[in-house]
Amino acid sequence: MSGETNRVPSERADVCVIGAGPAGALAAHRLANRGHDVVVLEAGERFDFEDRERRMERAIRPGHDPLSVWEMGGPRDAYSSAGERFYPLNRARVKGVGGTTLHWQGMVMRLHESDFESWPIDYDDLRPYYAEAERALGVAGADDNPFAPPREEPYPLPGFEPSHSDSIFAAACEQLGVTTHSVPNARNSESYDGRGPCVGYGTCKPVCPSGAKYSADHHVVKAEEEGARVIDRVPVQRLAHDDAGERVTAAVYAAPDGTTHRQEAREFVLAAGGVEIPRLLLLSKSEEFPDGLANASGAVGRYFMDHLFAGAGGTLDRRTRQNHVGFITSESHQFYDDPARATEGTAGGIPAWDDAPADPAAVKLEFLNYAGPSPVEMALSGDEWGDDLLDTLREGYGNSIAMGGLVEQRPRKENRVELDPSTTDDHGNPVPKVHWRVDDRTAASIRRANEIQRAVLDELGADVSWTVGPEATGPAFHHMGTTRMGTDPAESVVNAQLRAHDLRNLAVASSSAFVTGGAMNPTLTIAALALKASEHVDERL
Amino acid sequence: MELSRRDALAALAASSVAVGGGAVLTTDVEEGALDGTPFGGGASSGDDERASGDGEADPLAEDRLATLLAVADVVYPSGVSGVEEFVRTYALGRTADRPEHREGMVDALAALDEHARSWHDAAFRDLDAETRESVLDQMAVDATNPDPEGADPERVRFYVVNELLYALYTSPTGGELVGLENPQGHPGGADSYRRGPRE
Ligand SMILES: Cc1cc2nc3c(=O)[nH]c(=O)nc-3n(C[C@H](O)[C@H](O)[C@H](O)COP(=O)(O)OP(=O)(O)OC[C@H]3O[C@@H](n4cnc5c(N)ncnc54)[C@H](O)[C@@H]3O)c2cc1C
Ligand code: SF4
Repeated sequence: MSGETNRVPSERADVCVIGAGPAGALAAHRLANRGHDVVVLEAGERFDFEDRERRMERAIRPGHDPLSVWEMGGPRDAYSSAGERFYPLNRARVKGVGGTTLHWQGMVMRLHESDFESWPIDYDDLRPYYAEAERALGVAGADDNPFAPPREEPYPLPGFEPSHSDSIFAAACEQLGVTTHSVPNARNSESYDGRGPCVGYGTCKPVCPSGAKYSADHHVVKAEEEGARVIDRVPVQRLAHDDAGERVTAAVYAAPDGTTHRQEAREFVLAAGGVEIPRLLLLSKSEEFPDGLANASGAVGRYFMDHLFAGAGGTLDRRTRQNHVGFITSESHQFYDDPARATEGTAGGIPAWDDAPADPAAVKLEFLNYAGPSPVEMALSGDEWGDDLLDTLREGYGNSIAMGGLVEQRPRKENRVELDPSTTDDHGNPVPKVHWRVDDRTAASIRRANEIQRAVLDELGADVSWTVGPEATGPAFHHMGTTRMGTDPAESVVNAQLRAHDLRNLAVASSSAFVTGGAMNPTLTIAALALKASEHVDERL
Repeated sequence: MELSRRDALAALAASSVAVGGGAVLTTDVEEGALDGTPFGGGASSGDDERASGDGEADPLAEDRLATLLAVADVVYPSGVSGVEEFVRTYALGRTADRPEHREGMVDALAALDEHARSWHDAAFRDLDAETRESVLDQMAVDATNPDPEGADPERVRFYVVNELLYALYTSPTGGELVGLENPQGHPGGADSYRRGPRE
């Protein structure tokens, strides 16, 4: 095991970063690079890179709790789900050095200009940070997406070429006037920044054994090289503030030996993810902040959003060559800005949406490279062996095809993260309680995605065997909105500089600051916001 | 289809064993390499605590390998050859630096033998092919969920049957059998996903 075992606080720190996922790692790296003394406090452990293949085996082989791949679950991670829909929180996050990017899929897009309508910043404000974030994560991408927002420079790495299965889709999409294009991936198409190229394990989510998929442990090491100190297994319990209620003075954290410590610093960066950030603020209530720290607005924990999955799939009467790699190489963002639009191709098209009353919100369509089960997974959970098993595998593998997609969920006050005083974690703190439901507009968006998916699969002549619609949908594990950004301190938690309205030295680097979520996977925007927040912290120091 | 030593090493690389680049691909199993595995002398076999790396041969080692091969006979498709070397290389590589896994395997193989003896009065490896299959059937290993901490059938499924199936179907040859030259779990490069089917 690497890493330091001394967990007493640093005597003098300029910045204390809470959480070592991509937001915390990038902030720590940037601020250490600017010459500041940085301490990172991370609740989870530092995983050994050498163990990754073992973790991959855990993921593939039945007989293990899937959460055990990254050691999630147990009293540390207890939570409750109280909404209309169950929210499987621990499947949606990893605690450890690298955070949830250890498990993530790694597709990274910029939000569209239209997404920033109700934000206090716009696309142009974030544009230079997007470019920096793409360089930091090592994004492989191509310039063939006519729907993408404007960019100033090519991607740092060449994009991954389309898959064989993409070419099957492309033909059908052309007939329907649906435009397909490449996908930016935080995954090395060639060596980059000390990490090797993708070698095709095909298990990206939840483990990339080669390190070709970006994960934030990479920037934790880079931050350490710049002089940052990273302490693992020290969950922060609460934040303390000064008498005036103007500044945070210390992060109070628990060490594995049962001791409690206070890390003081001049600036604090909250990077604990979209659920633990509001929880920590609510746990830090005081006389001055009776409803939780930085919560004069009452918006802390409110407006919780996720993206919803919509998909459909089946089989074709030809080989589709799935499951070689575990990532996506084609998408369509044609229905992002205008999900109701019609298309016209060489042989028909997608009809305009006319299913009133609810209009769909943004839809992002994905063409999967891992439709249907992989042979090894079928073999390990089957009830045959020998030649019978091989026959079943040959029959089961090879002809599957599927589309996925994400749809936008608009912010709603009643979707929220709050404290559940009836259940406590391993340190006696109330656990997060997630209230979450799928509203009519989101359901309409899912139906719209299904409608397009169905049209494409029909055009292919697929035998459609499953559809994930509004009933079966689930979250994409993107926790957004719980400390929203805004100009009005009465309505929002952080300002356009990502600083809490109520406290002068508390920055938030997270999708919790998103005002709306669009339908793009959030982490590139998280990275861009983390870099922007760091810039402002640097200015204040 | 012929399973090769290369398959075994590929399958090992897909599991938890650090196979050091190309070097291992060209080296033969070295003298004493079975030490510390359920299939060699040296460190503890797991049955007893004799051990301590004095190089003393474990008389049960070859028997265990024979049992594993006897199971492979049942669970591998009949068209594959080269199974013995594949299983030998894989099994020893898998268990050399994983004491917990080694013990689980030794234990599950012993449980399988116990069932074979109680029903047929002979060790599993000494049964004919049909009887071997019937022992696994009687234990309901096929219908059981693998569980490293479960009852005998669940552990036999996890440590013996699924161990063998994982090795086969994450190897290039195992993938080819099904029509996928770069199976999940095997680092077969980032090109194969782009190729169309071979006609
Ligand atoms: C299955 C899956 C697939 C995904 N795929 C994609 C994708 O393709 N593209 C994409 O953009 N996003 C994807 N995501 C989402 C992505 O992983 C997250 O958006 C991203 O990791 C968030 O970064 P973060 O740094 O804000 O939080 P996290 O990565 O969650 O890191 C937060 C860290 O803070 C630590 N922490 C929490 N509380 C405390 C505390 N009190 N004290 C100290 N430390 C604390 C946690 O232990 C954790 O390590 C996926 C997520 C999942 C689960
Ligand atoms: S396919 Fe995925 S898991 Fe495999 S090397 Fe590439 S990025 Fe990593």
